[in-house]
This record gives sequence, structure tokens and C-alpha cells, in this order.
Amino acid sequence: MAELAAVVGIGQTKYQTKHKTVSIAGLVRDAALKALQDAELTWDDIDAVIVGKAPDMFEGMIMPELYLTDALGCNGKPMLRVHTAGSVGGSTAIVAASYVQSGMFKRILTVTYEKQSESNAMWALSNAQPFSVHLNAGAGGFFAPIIREYMRRTKAPSDAGIKVAVKDRLHGARNPLAHLQLPNITMKEVEESPMLWEPLRFLESCPSSDGACAMVIANEELAAQSPKKPAWIRGAAMRSEPTMYAGREEVSPQAGIDCAKDVYAQAGISNPRKDLDCAEVYVPFSWYEPMWLENLGFAEKGEGWKLTLEGATSLDDKGDIPWNCSGGVLCSNPIGASGMIRFAEAARQVRGDAGNHQVDGAKLALGHAYGGGAQFYAMWVVGSEKA
Amino acid sequence: MRDIAIVSFVQSDCVRDAGALNEVELIMPVIRKVLDNVGIQSAQDVDFTCSGSCDYLQGAAFAFVLGVDALGAVPPIKESHVEMDAAWALYEAVLKIRMGQADSALLYGFGKSSPGELPIVLSQQLDPYYLSPLWLDTVSSAALQARALLDSGKATEADMAEVVARSRKNAKSNPHAQLKGDVSVDELLAEPTYLSPLRKHDCCPISDGASAMIIATVEKAKEWGKPYAVLKGIDHRIESHHFGARDLTRSVSTEIAAKAAGVADGPVEVAEIYAPFSHQEIILKKALGLGDDTVINPSGGVLAGNQMMASGLSRVGEVANRIIKGEIKRGVAHATSGHALQQNLVAVLEGA
Repeated sequence: MAELAAVVGIGQTKYQTKHKTVSIAGLVRDAALKALQDAELTWDDIDAVIVGKAPDMFEGMIMPELYLTDALGCNGKPMLRVHTAGSVGGSTAIVAASYVQSGMFKRILTVTYEKQSESNAMWALSNAQPFSVHLNAGAGGFFAPIIREYMRRTKAPSDAGIKVAVKDRLHGARNPLAHLQLPNITMKEVEESPMLWEPLRFLESCPSSDGACAMVIANEELAAQSPKKPAWIRGAAMRSEPTMYAGREEVSPQAGIDCAKDVYAQAGISNPRKDLDCAEVYVPFSWYEPMWLENLGFAEKGEGWKLTLEGATSLDDKGDIPWNCSGGVLCSNPIGASGMIRFAEAARQVRGDAGNHQVDGAKLALGHAYGGGAQFYAMWVVGSEKA
Repeated sequence: MRDIAIVSFVQSDCVRDAGALNEVELIMPVIRKVLDNVGIQSAQDVDFTCSGSCDYLQGAAFAFVLGVDALGAVPPIKESHVEMDAAWALYEAVLKIRMGQADSALLYGFGKSSPGELPIVLSQQLDPYYLSPLWLDTVSSAALQARALLDSGKATEADMAEVVARSRKNAKSNPHAQLKGDVSVDELLAEPTYLSPLRKHDCCPISDGASAMIIATVEKAKEWGKPYAVLKGIDHRIESHHFGARDLTRSVSTEIAAKAAGVADGPVEVAEIYAPFSHQEIILKKALGLGDDTVINPSGGVLAGNQMMASGLSRVGEVANRIIKGEIKRGVAHATSGHALQQNLVAVLEGA
């Protein structure tokens, strides 16, 4: 029943620790303009703008979309602001697509960003709350015990995480937009980097980045006229579950399993490892690759780390199912945009427009984002063909 | 395009300070009631859930995450959130239903504004480089707008007082209202100014609370066997952030949204307008193209109680409930966001 929709333009800024020479408005406008240029369109061709970013406290601005409307050519148009924790970049893409898939709009612009250098994300994540347990642990401290439980259950060797850290940085070295550029990184270097949250080392963690990512999404008729190859949205799904509840499976959360099943069913995928050509998956800490390989059905339960160590997810090892060819979140993490970057990079792959990190002949790709206490999920599957 | 039915709406009482109740405790009673009204058990019985809230009211990143606890999202649900008034959560759910990914949706908005100084908190909605360092609060920007309106000759201070007197009077029949009573225009005009030209009563009160709504396809509403109102049109627009670039005596974004939503396609018996300041009702009435035969804010509107992040959804819910009760056949609801009416949403509701 949904109208067909496709990504017809993608724009990203360079990801880096600090964008010193642009305002927040300048940063998002840069990504938006690049997306318009990629689609060979102008502001007048856009019917609505959908903005996403992580918590307002990361920059210290309430509802920043109100201020960004001028920079995003949105005056007189609809503007919506999505916020679903770390998954927000993915959720925003899905909500933006629904503007077109509902038949109510023909072509929209969606933009996500984070300018982490304007404030301090660790502070913003660690405010004490009345009536609530104060964790004060940041994201790494929250996820480390869950990772340890994964290692205990699967008896995975400790170098599986190190391998992911190296693999994604080597991928990132192929992507000029990636924040961390570490073309000579070694397993030894990762192993010797400081331990932050056992078992996560410094080099097994994502950086803190400034950056923005934008996409233009159009309906079937307009996408067919677009100058570059469209990435057709073949399925999109979201799921949420509470942070804590009795009996919660934290290593492989049910919401992630359900979300993947939903998006695969829409896209006609029965065997994700075989049917998909590549995946951009939200891996902010190294061990989340093997954990998500299992959660998303690419590996049997307890076997995710084996795929990682075999090189199945590595472009350099010529693996059969490359994950995070762009370098992933381990190379660039402007939090509010990180999910959309996964979705956009999946689209770049099926458009055959991923430059030096292109997977040859990629036709079907998964974009994945998660957030909160691994409780919010957003996923889409994009294809080079409509069906 | 699929018609959408508003099946149930519930809001909590507007109170100045909910005390020790946290956000989850504000949300849970309205969620329970709105589900009971439809005769369903839980969030798992609808296809999609979407909420509106603001981290800065709670003073914590990811404030909305607690909402998922209030829903009891086990097993997992299809859920989303806007950092906006829940009227825009309604809009997101309308898109989901129209694209065929859902046949029903639960929406809620909540805000506990009492712990902070709301007008000052909202000063941080402004341009971070040029405006927010001035700590221009929401009452001050509204006062600038009111002054522009008075200077243009489009309204008088007596017109503003009339809006307030009517709100207080109408609120007498609204059990959730915070401010109500009989007060004359002359009495109001005798009050001192607060931030000139605004008097205290020209400004909405600060309220804690939540509201919730259930919508569905008309087919699903019939299956539930519940009366419903039909959402005939809905549209939202934004305009420039820069006061100096706008004619503050008009609401251009409301005018565009009203046209797109089809306000003028039939008679408007009732309009619930989100006007946090009395003069804004005058601006919005004109922007919506409403005549004197339309009853405006029979609930008292937000001058009688303003639950941040829920009030916009509640305007839609107020009109829906009147249609469901058979009091009216067609009405309009409006929601706003930002300083001096920067962003606006308009919905048109009709009887089944």
C-alpha cells in the first residue's frame, strides 16, 4: 500500500573532532546542500524537511530545528524533529521516508547532525535524576558488562573485539569523510591501547565527532527522473523496549530481533548473510559487531565472533558479507547523525557510489541503528532495483 | 488516502506543581484511561506508538526513554518520539497509517515544567549565537509581538482582556482547567502590566501534566465498535526564526497550514487554538480564517492550563471529544511551537 520511495541524493560533511569554522546552521546546511547537489536539485524542489539529532543537551539548545529552519530552506514548509536516542539517525530517515511513502509529499529533505564540540556529551548523559539510579557511567560503562556476558556465554577469544577495531579503521582509511584515519593500525596497537571499561580498550571505542548527514528522498515518479541511480527503500522498521525489566535479554535484545525480522520480511530476505551484499551496522564499541551479527541473524547464536575472526565482514579480507565499509561508528560518531550515516552509506553502496569502499556490484544493503540501553532500533533495506 | 478516526482522548488535570510525581507517574494514568476507553489492554494492542516531550523540562538527556517504561513495552513495540508537542507525534502516526504500516496508533505528550523556570528554560530555544545569549525568554518575545500587534491597530488591550475573560469563563466547565472563574474585561484592564503590554493574565499558566490519544483507520474504529471523529485534514508549517524577518502581527505558517488542511472547506463550529498569550489568539483566529460564528476555545484553551508538549495534542483531543459526544459536527484544532508562533499545526475534524 505504501508508495515506493527512493534515496536520490546524499550529502555528508567531513567528520572530525571540531568543525571550528562553521556554526551549527552552517554544518547542517553544508550536508543539505551536498545532498541537493548530488540529486541536482534546489531548495525549491523540496516539500518538507525532517531533522533528527540526539539529546538537545549535547549542544545546549532546545529544539534546535526551530533555529535551523532558515539554514535548511524550510520557511513556509513542514518541519519535523525526531529524537529517539542513538537510533535517531535511522528513525529520522524512516520518518522522512514516510512523508513520501504516505503519498502526502513528493520529495523531502532529511538532515541529522551532532556538533559534539559545542558541549560535552559525557556530561549530558550523566545528569543525576531524582528518583532514579545514577549510573554516571557514560555509554561505554553501560555496555561493558553486557559485552562481558557475551564473552562468558560464547567463550569468544578476546581478540575478536580487537579484530573489529582494526577492520573498521582499515575500512575507514578508504573513506575520506571518516573522522579517524588510521591506515597503519595493527592488532598489537589496539591491544596496547588503554583499557577504558573492561574489556573495551580506547581503540575499541568510537570517537566523538562533529558532522552532519543529509538525504533527499523522492517518490517513484521523481526518483525515476533523477540523474543518478536511486536507492530504492525496500523495507523499514523500528522497535523499542524498556531499558530494564525482569528477564530482559540484554546481550541480544528482543526488539533488535523483531525489528530485523520485520525489515527482512518487507524486503523478501530469508538469509541475510546470503541475500544482502553488505551492511552498515551501528557498532560504537568493537564487540557489538559479533553481538549484532547474531542478533540480526547473520550468524548462529554464539557464532558471531567466528565470522569476525574469519574476515567474513572485512572488505580487505574479501569477506562475503562486508560490514561497515565506510569505517562505521568506530571511525566517525556525530551521535545524532550516526544512524543516518549507516542508512546513507547503505544507499551509497547500492547506488554504486561508495568510492574506494564500494562493494563490487552491491544490490541489496542493510542500514541499522540502535540507541538508549540497546533498546531502540531502526533498520532499513535499500536496493538497486525496485523489487 | 485512508481516513483516520480519532477514537479516544484523555488528559490529566492541569496543576501548577505535580510535586513528587515523576513523568512516568504523570503518563501512566492517561495511558490507562485512553486504552480503557477503547477497550484494549496495552500498547501491544495498537500498531504504533509515538510521543512528544522535551528533555530540558526534565533536565535530562533522553527524558522520553522513561515513557517506554510507562507503556510497558514488553514484548517490544513499534515506537517513535518527536522532540516537539505531541500534536506532531499525531502527525507522524498519520503518515504511518496512511502508508499502510499501521492501522492504529497510541499518542501521548507530557511535561513537568514545575521544577524549572519555564520562560527562561525556553530562552534556550533561540539562535545560540545571536539570541539565546540575551536570555530573551518566551514572555518577552510574546510581549514584543503583542506590542507590534497593538501598534498596528489590529487589536486593543481590551480585545486581549476579552480573550482572557472568555477563557476563564469557558474553563468553568472544564474539570482539567487550572485557572477559571468570572472576571470582567474592566477588572482585567485594571491589573498592572507584567511585561508591557502583557499583564500576567495575558500569559498562560505553567502546568504539569500529560495527555494521550488513540487513532485508527475508520475500519479499525468500527471493529472496536467505538464512536469516533474523523481527521479530515492535517498540515504543519514553520517560518523564519528571526523575529526581524517576520511580520509578527500575522501567522503566515498558520495561514498556509489552514489552507492545506482545508479549514475553509466547511463551517467551523468550534476551534481549539493553542495561544499561550492572549494576543496570539487574535492573530491565530485571523490566520485560520475564522469568523465570529466559531466558538473559540470552549475548554478555556491554554490560558486556563498549559501542559507543555501535550497542549497541542490536547487541542485536537478537545475538538474530537466534542464531535464524539455529538455536540458539534465540524471543528478545527491548532498547535504551536517556538517563540512568537514560529511553527504551527492545523487539523480539521468532522463527525463520522
